[in-house]
Amino acid sequence: MRKAASWAILLLGMAYFILPLIGMVEFSLSMKRGEYSFEAYRVVLADPRFRETFMYSVVMALLTIAFGVFLVVPTAFWVRLKMPWIRPYIEFVTLLPLVIPAIVIVFGYIRLYNTSSWLPLTGSLTGTNALLLFGYMTLSLPYMYRAIDTGLRTIDVATLTEAAQSLGAGWVTILAKVILPNVLVAVLSGAFVTFAIVMGEFTLAALLNRPAFGPYLQLMGANRAYEPFALSTIAFVITWACMGLLNLVTRFSKFDKAPR
Amino acid sequence: MSFLNISHLEKSFGPTRVVKDFNLSVEKGEFISLLGPSGCGKTTVLRMVAGFEEPSSGAILISGKDVVKLRPNQRNIGMVFQSYALFPNLTVAQNVGFGLKVKGAGSAEIRTRVGEMLELIGLPDLGGRYPFQLSGGQQQRVALARALAPKPHMLLLDEPLSALDAKVRVSLRNEIRSIQKELGITTIFVTHDQEEALSMSDRIVVMHAGIAEQVGTPSDIYSRPATRFVAGFVGTLNTIEAEVLDSAIGRLRLAGVETILNRPVPDGTVTLGLRPEAVSLGQNGHDTAVTGTITEVDFLGSVIRLRADLGGQTIAFDTFNTPGTAPPTLGEKVVLGLRSADLLVIED
Repeated sequence: MRKAASWAILLLGMAYFILPLIGMVEFSLSMKRGEYSFEAYRVVLADPRFRETFMYSVVMALLTIAFGVFLVVPTAFWVRLKMPWIRPYIEFVTLLPLVIPAIVIVFGYIRLYNTSSWLPLTGSLTGTNALLLFGYMTLSLPYMYRAIDTGLRTIDVATLTEAAQSLGAGWVTILAKVILPNVLVAVLSGAFVTFAIVMGEFTLAALLNRPAFGPYLQLMGANRAYEPFALSTIAFVITWACMGLLNLVTRFSKFDKAPR
Repeated sequence: MSFLNISHLEKSFGPTRVVKDFNLSVEKGEFISLLGPSGCGKTTVLRMVAGFEEPSSGAILISGKDVVKLRPNQRNIGMVFQSYALFPNLTVAQNVGFGLKVKGAGSAEIRTRVGEMLELIGLPDLGGRYPFQLSGGQQQRVALARALAPKPHMLLLDEPLSALDAKVRVSLRNEIRSIQKELGITTIFVTHDQEEALSMSDRIVVMHAGIAEQVGTPSDIYSRPATRFVAGFVGTLNTIEAEVLDSAIGRLRLAGVETILNRPVPDGTVTLGLRPEAVSLGQNGHDTAVTGTITEVDFLGSVIRLRADLGGQTIAFDTFNTPGTAPPTLGEKVVLGLRSADLLVIED
């Protein structure tokens, strides 16, 4: 009886998540009357704005990941190694983007970096792109920092660092050859979450008026019937592909079984 | 001048002084052990030599050059850690070659040196394995090879055997010592295990509460402990109070009998130290005989450790587990033989 109840709850839960997805995919395939087809996908993929916004967001996501790793790995490493007492404060700061809405952040940026400010980043495309990049880095900070900090927790950072130092390694070598490879799975997990966030982000890109995938999704949703569902399915597949890649990387990591 | 000179070394963490006026000179090729209980400051001294801790004051000179201001990666000192500290992402060969690669050695040179090192530690075929595929003993051998590969001036071993099981520990300590002798590398070994220190070292520094209590050869440390702490920490030592009858010649009353040390002792009462193996069951030609009652019998395999009450003072002694000979039983009265020459006068 108890087993049957467990199964019922599980199936109910699965139905709660899966039925809307089935509905979304089914609707995205129903553009032609009376038959299932990929017409909506064809229309979306043929739209130059799709390719433009998609590529823009992919590039921004990769840059966000690169700069995020460059910022967070050394910070988390240094905090763990030399300033463990500051960890609670750093954690608090990294969690702030979860409680401060993106709209507050972007209005702050516009107020601080508008064309009449001392650093007029919004006055040029490069500057606005950089501002958007910083915004994405801020939004992904809670996930990136937590993932990397958890990765660092699984290795003996202090002793590995000292071992490398005793062998003549400087800080850059230690970070690049010892620390980063040993937290690579954690870095990738943060990177994939960052990728998913950037691909779907709307507020920052829309208010900074940049051609990103999120605003394009919204635009299509407001003006078309079937195409937004095809786009959502594509976005969903990308997210799951990221998760699958993460799983693969974790599984095939040659040294992940090392005793810590 | 000695190869390594440590003078007036001090280290404080906040208000706590963990190393106090530590002085040590080490000759080239010497194997020195820092021996002491947990928290005595031995690892802190080692870490200051390695450059991981900055001394509060004092000097560390290697080949006459003060290294206190040098970073750890500028000192060319190899170090082996208790937890192996092998890089999990690198194979055994890559771990061993890490120091050489950092120094910019060519790939052929690295390959040759790694081969030599793996041969030296007896693991020539395991270069392609990852650390997690090795046993604890193998990992520590690799850590030793990794530390030695860049040809360091000195080798520091921070309790490298503590995480290993008893049998591996004994075989590895012999290997470490023979490799150290073969290479002639100056080595400082930190341990809390007196057996390791006694069996491996040219000299031992016994540390207590941040102070070097005694520096000497293993034989000196064991047979002629300079302080009560050294006497109690190294080996098992019986302490017996004796009444001084004539301080000039060391005539004493000990457990009701008189004995003469033939050396001056302080007036009043002295504390004598006596190793269990220096006590004989029966007088057996020893110059002093005392009587006691057996209070404890511990079977330790080839040896039986007994304790006897000498009228209020307890003395431990060992006897061989001889087949066909029954050891004394609890409550049995026995005669114990002592040599006055074996009695150590312990000063505080």
